[in-house]
Amino acid sequence: MLLVVPSMRSCKGRIHSFESFGTLDGPGVRYVVFLQGCPLHCKFCHNPDTWPSNGGTEYTAGAVFDKIMRCRSYIATGGVTLSGGEPLLQAGFCEALLGLLCDAGIHTAIDTSGAIPLNKSSKAIELADMLLLDIKSPCSVACKELTGQGNENALATLEFCESIGKRVWLRHVVVPGITYDEASLIEVGKLAKQYSCVEKLDLLKYHKLGASKWESLGIADPLTNTPALSAEEFAHAKEIVEYNKNKG
Amino acid sequence: MMEIYNDDFNSGAWNRVIDVRDFILRNFSPYYGDDSFLTPPTERTKQLWAELKEKMEEERVAKGHVLDIDENTISTINSHKPGYINKDLEQIVGLQTDAPLKRAIMPFGGIRLVKTQLATYERELPADIDNVFKYRKTHNDGVFDAYTDEMKLARHAGIITGLPDAYGRGRIIGDYRRVALYGTAFLIEQKKHAKDEMIRDVMDSGLIQKREETAEQIKALHEFEEMAASYGFDVTRPAQNFKEAVQWLYLGYLAAVKEQNGAAMSIGRISTFLDCFAENDLRKGIITESEVQEIVDHFIMKLRIVRFLRVPAYDELFSGDPTWVTESIGGMSVDGRPLVTKMSFRFLHTLRNLGPAPEPNLTVLWSQRLPEGFKRFCAEMSIKTSSIQYENDDLMRSLFGDDYGIACCVSAMRIGKQMQFFGARVNLAKTLLYAINGGMDVKLDNKQVGPELRVLSDDKRPLDFVEVMVNFEKVTEWLAKLYMDTLNIIHYMHDKYCYERIEMALHDDKILRTMAGGIAGLSVLVDSLSAIKYAKVTPICNESGLAVEFKIEGDFPKFGNDDDRVDQIAVDVVRSFYKKFAKHHAYRGAKPTISILTITSNVMYGKKTASTPDGRMAGEPFAPGANPMHGRDTNGAVASLRSVSKLPYHCAEDGISNTFSIVPESLGANLAEQRANLIALMDGYFGDRAHHLNVNVLDRNVLLDAMDYPEKYPQLTIRVSGYAVNFVKLTREQQMDVISRTFHEKL
Repeated sequence: MLLVVPSMRSCKGRIHSFESFGTLDGPGVRYVVFLQGCPLHCKFCHNPDTWPSNGGTEYTAGAVFDKIMRCRSYIATGGVTLSGGEPLLQAGFCEALLGLLCDAGIHTAIDTSGAIPLNKSSKAIELADMLLLDIKSPCSVACKELTGQGNENALATLEFCESIGKRVWLRHVVVPGITYDEASLIEVGKLAKQYSCVEKLDLLKYHKLGASKWESLGIADPLTNTPALSAEEFAHAKEIVEYNKNKG
Repeated sequence: MMEIYNDDFNSGAWNRVIDVRDFILRNFSPYYGDDSFLTPPTERTKQLWAELKEKMEEERVAKGHVLDIDENTISTINSHKPGYINKDLEQIVGLQTDAPLKRAIMPFGGIRLVKTQLATYERELPADIDNVFKYRKTHNDGVFDAYTDEMKLARHAGIITGLPDAYGRGRIIGDYRRVALYGTAFLIEQKKHAKDEMIRDVMDSGLIQKREETAEQIKALHEFEEMAASYGFDVTRPAQNFKEAVQWLYLGYLAAVKEQNGAAMSIGRISTFLDCFAENDLRKGIITESEVQEIVDHFIMKLRIVRFLRVPAYDELFSGDPTWVTESIGGMSVDGRPLVTKMSFRFLHTLRNLGPAPEPNLTVLWSQRLPEGFKRFCAEMSIKTSSIQYENDDLMRSLFGDDYGIACCVSAMRIGKQMQFFGARVNLAKTLLYAINGGMDVKLDNKQVGPELRVLSDDKRPLDFVEVMVNFEKVTEWLAKLYMDTLNIIHYMHDKYCYERIEMALHDDKILRTMAGGIAGLSVLVDSLSAIKYAKVTPICNESGLAVEFKIEGDFPKFGNDDDRVDQIAVDVVRSFYKKFAKHHAYRGAKPTISILTITSNVMYGKKTASTPDGRMAGEPFAPGANPMHGRDTNGAVASLRSVSKLPYHCAEDGISNTFSIVPESLGANLAEQRANLIALMDGYFGDRAHHLNVNVLDRNVLLDAMDYPEKYPQLTIRVSGYAVNFVKLTREQQMDVISRTFHEKL
């Protein structure tokens, strides 16, 4: 049992937005809280407006918790997902909000890139019921090229989840010419196989719907010439990953 | 007095007095399973539907989507000789005229309207019929004889619109089940007996009216017997098996749609009733499941081709040629059993056997306690066809019992025991502009339409919330009274000149009447008031100093985000308007109610309303029903539904309509998840005591493609405020409106 201390409610965080009917970020109907700020600058990011840490609106954990609780009857079979940006960048706020939700008996998930070092993120991870962990690339060099940071923290996060038996759904965005690469996809499949905490692996298709956001922010879209992943390419990628995930 | 017995059914009160509910509760078999028992269309069904589809395609490409008209016959219960689609194939027979999709004229609502209707399709009213109405008044004549100048002006300005003063009011559900259960001989005897009892110490106008109406009802039942006989059926006796039960019931409904061109001709709550007969026949082994489904499919085909002759102006209000053959399915009984039977599944299954369609208007009465198998089936059918609407049975059962049905879109009424006087709606967004502009209408040459009030528009000073509210209260006070008076005239005249004889013959003699007002533009009004309260709104005035546009500085909370600061304004506005409306005398002792429903008139209302303080530009459509304004609900679907669920049903008992549209990908990754998520959404929404939800699961691109290539999508169905339409039959303007509306989708 957790003890909810008053300071948890007053803990402040910056929020980008809310999605009260999330169906793709964890099991069941989920209330998704998008936190502001991200240490990575992924080339395929479709929400670059979540990057700056000083953007968004300030809320207390208590205010967000109250907002969520009003929708409680809708998320009875689902729960709450903290997403971003990178939610664990505001690890203290996540801990406070997760503490409140946990105490209210609501299922929680963190949708993270794993980019935050464990000495900051581990407590929040322990509080959540599960992690949606986005492996940007199984190769650290490629990961740094793609996101501005290597994948060491992400792999350490996965290792940590394995050690504490935290339920994980891996996610991986397939981008033409970057992660749509046979060798890389094989590695992703192997990763999923290697860890028993990984319950599911979701491949996500790179799409162009975020392009207008880059434009409106006045940042040059590094993938402006990269096309969306086609359905055939996506099916192929899935096949490779599934094969390597399930291979004896 | 006669008594009706049938050895196959459990006896009860229903044997001696008319009590269909008693029959159902004693004889129905709740079904807790899934859809695996259902059967595909038979060869006969496929062939008949193919023939009908061909005719419907001819109709779609015809001018104004009207295939043919019989302008030579005034339509009555037995005016036309029998008509068939294909006599050899049809298991259930009966058409409104002598051929499918041929429309009849029904001039007792208004002869001028019939002339306009015919002129639209390049036809003329024959001289002999025209001559009748030199001697015989219509409903429309009566209304305009009695209207005051103020009423005419309010109508012209569009502050009160869509009034049934020239068309049939509809929204009366005959209890067509009575025909099957009792036969007309018993029904006539009961009516005669009731009439004999209508003697009191004073023979006043109310009593005289009742006696005359009852006499008309009896005549209508006799005419109905003749009509049924022309198809070879003796409906004076009760139906003896399932097929007869469907046929008897349908003929009863047919009699109604031959005589009344009502705005909504709903059929009631028939599926579980009919299941009692089907189960009995199945038990006796005299019918197979496939044969039961075939009869259902053929019956539903008939309901899909109910047609009325209408005019383009009507289409502006109620687009897509709707008839609102609303059938209410499911719900729970007061004693705690689900009123879900195999027939509930079979009715919804027609959406697969025959493909999606807007009619009949399939309405699921949702309860948290419905069997899971049924919930899953409904969700799946919604995802695949977008043809179902849902209404909160847990909410309505407490007010209407367990044998109510939905008339039109969202109007609940006890079947055979209650009717409503349909009152269309007032434009509350325009009302707010009157409050700001001293009762003058900038869309009508600044004419004084409302009461003379202090003009609040001043381009040097932002609007003051309290001042606006004070004026708004005064304008709505004036409007509510004028509205009630207007409706009283309309319904007095409708009863007098265009009485629904056969529908009322299938009612008890003592009935509850409601006077159903309505409001449009709720979210525009509420967001406008929020803007005035929380942001800075400065009028931009015309040469007469009246506000025609608004400068808005700063942000403000918007309806549809689960934000109490603005949602409470919505609650207050609804409650306050209802109270104002309800304090006035209603014709025939009717109980005043209101609805928050626009049908598709939100587009037309928007056209007639100048720019509003919420930033909506002049001419832009309102949101339909109680929906938040397009694109302003930015916190996702649940927050949007939460806002709507706060609107108090006890102040809007005639229904609160909300349309929810989502792209399939946003509902979940696969069908199983989508089903589960949709169920969770509805359990949450209705658990919050919300009233109604239209569910569309559609891809926006499909709609765009259908606008350009309608021939590819003859059956594409979409739910709009309270009913469903063939998307390709909407006007282009309406199509654009549907597409621009909030589709819940994520990047």
